[in-house]
Amino acid sequence: MSVTSVEPRSAPAPTGSRLELAGVSRWYGNVVAVNDVSMILGPGVTGLLGPNGAGKTTLLHMMAGFLAPSRGAVTLDGTPTWRNPEVYRRLGLVSEREAVHTFLTAYEFVLASARLHRLPDPAEATRRAIALVELEGAQSRRIGTYSKGMRQRARVAAALVHDPQVLLLDEPFNGMDPRQRLHMMDLLHRLGGAGRTILFSSHILEEVEQLSGTVQVMVAGRLAASGDFRTIRRLMTNRPHVFAVRSTDDRALAVALMAEASVTGVELGQAELTVRVSDYGAFTRVLPKVALARGIRVRQLVPEDESLESVFSYLVEA
Amino acid sequence: MSTVSWITARGLLGRRRFLLLFPLPVLLVLLAVLSRALGVDPNEWGPPVLVGLGLAVVLPVIALIVGTGVLGAEIDDGTVVHILTKPLPRWQIVLPKLAVAAGVTAVTVAVPLYVAGVLASSVRVGLALAAAASIGALAYCAFFLALSLVTRRPVLLGLVYVLIWEGLLGNVVSGTKVLSIQQYVIALADRFAPTELLATDVSVPVAAVMSTLIAVGFTALAVDRLRSFSVAGETS
Repeated sequence: MSVTSVEPRSAPAPTGSRLELAGVSRWYGNVVAVNDVSMILGPGVTGLLGPNGAGKTTLLHMMAGFLAPSRGAVTLDGTPTWRNPEVYRRLGLVSEREAVHTFLTAYEFVLASARLHRLPDPAEATRRAIALVELEGAQSRRIGTYSKGMRQRARVAAALVHDPQVLLLDEPFNGMDPRQRLHMMDLLHRLGGAGRTILFSSHILEEVEQLSGTVQVMVAGRLAASGDFRTIRRLMTNRPHVFAVRSTDDRALAVALMAEASVTGVELGQAELTVRVSDYGAFTRVLPKVALARGIRVRQLVPEDESLESVFSYLVEA
Repeated sequence: MSTVSWITARGLLGRRRFLLLFPLPVLLVLLAVLSRALGVDPNEWGPPVLVGLGLAVVLPVIALIVGTGVLGAEIDDGTVVHILTKPLPRWQIVLPKLAVAAGVTAVTVAVPLYVAGVLASSVRVGLALAAAASIGALAYCAFFLALSLVTRRPVLLGLVYVLIWEGLLGNVVSGTKVLSIQQYVIALADRFAPTELLATDVSVPVAAVMSTLIAVGFTALAVDRLRSFSVAGETS
């Protein structure tokens, strides 16, 4: 397959578009979904990372003008996105819900979008958008017959048909196979490189890692971290880890481990050792050596609390 | 044909729900044909079939299915987002959808009513029923379309209006007739072709003014509600 044959149409605009959130909160009754989030999104690809239920979708809907902020303001180049259909000249949205007019073909679907945008040459814009997502081969089939990944690409084509400065995507990689995922990542990369402002949400660390240099991390409605991905990644890997260890002689192992610099605490339990560690890499290298030197066999080594939620909540505390 | 009305028409006619539109009009024509063939006095079968079934049931129920469907179905399955993420003033979305809804309803209801009216009385009565029903279709559709933007259960509320307000209360409490689209349609049809078959307490001016007010008012409400359309919040 050729992934680089089609380039986004025009050269990057000199400044690009700027999506700004200023002290944005959104609550439903007593439940606060988004809590005082401020950020500025400029050209390039930004990942919006956070566990499920962190408020990513609510935030995206406010950015896209589909939800009024309870407090604060969302503006695109200075104009509010709420109750302002004009922003859609510069903004495209790919929502998470897999909603498509299944009775249309992809070509009809994208063409309808082009017409609704009142583009000067809807047919050409449609051809270009479909080529961008590489859906030419299936464009005359009804969307109802598509796989999930193909539907997603049809939706992306429809959102890109007017060549928007800003593209918002909610969990765009959900349900895609690895090849489709790579292709979509490549597409977003190119768009970002061409000066578009791309924001995509994800609850999977690796997706964000591969795609974007800048991330905004949301946890429980708050913006927990924002900035360069590598810095945040380092914070994540350097956080204290907890392991559960079972061995032939837990007590002797505990004594030996306490001598190691990477270990900050050991707790001797009924059936296992709980080891607190400051350096993940150093500990996993040193444990076999220590055990071997003492003639202890390690039966089980389980990292505890490795869920994404705990990683994120660590970030909030940091 | 605008792109919005094209998508709306394809969505409406392409869904299986569209088949729901046919049984009632067919029943109306069948009853009329049967009564005529059996030689029943038109003054006996006319009012129950034309008014009781045609104007009180077929027209509002068809309008309910179509009127809540043109936008409500897209809101339900989320495809409405595609139309809303376009730089269109919201009236350019509501008006084409209302036009498709009123048009489809009018055709579906006016044709069987015309046939039944001709069988019961004359071509003139048939035409009057068809014309009045078309006006009623517009008012009903504007109301039901707005309903689909105001509540998540437009069909249920619409049914309550049709069955309880127009059907039940309209016969018991005469005052409610002033706020009943069905009565406007009867008054207008009777004005177009005065006949014994149609009777109502609502005056023609009231019917004309109220039909216009309902059509315009609920359309304006729908445009405003669509301007502030919120995607339902994730609860996960």
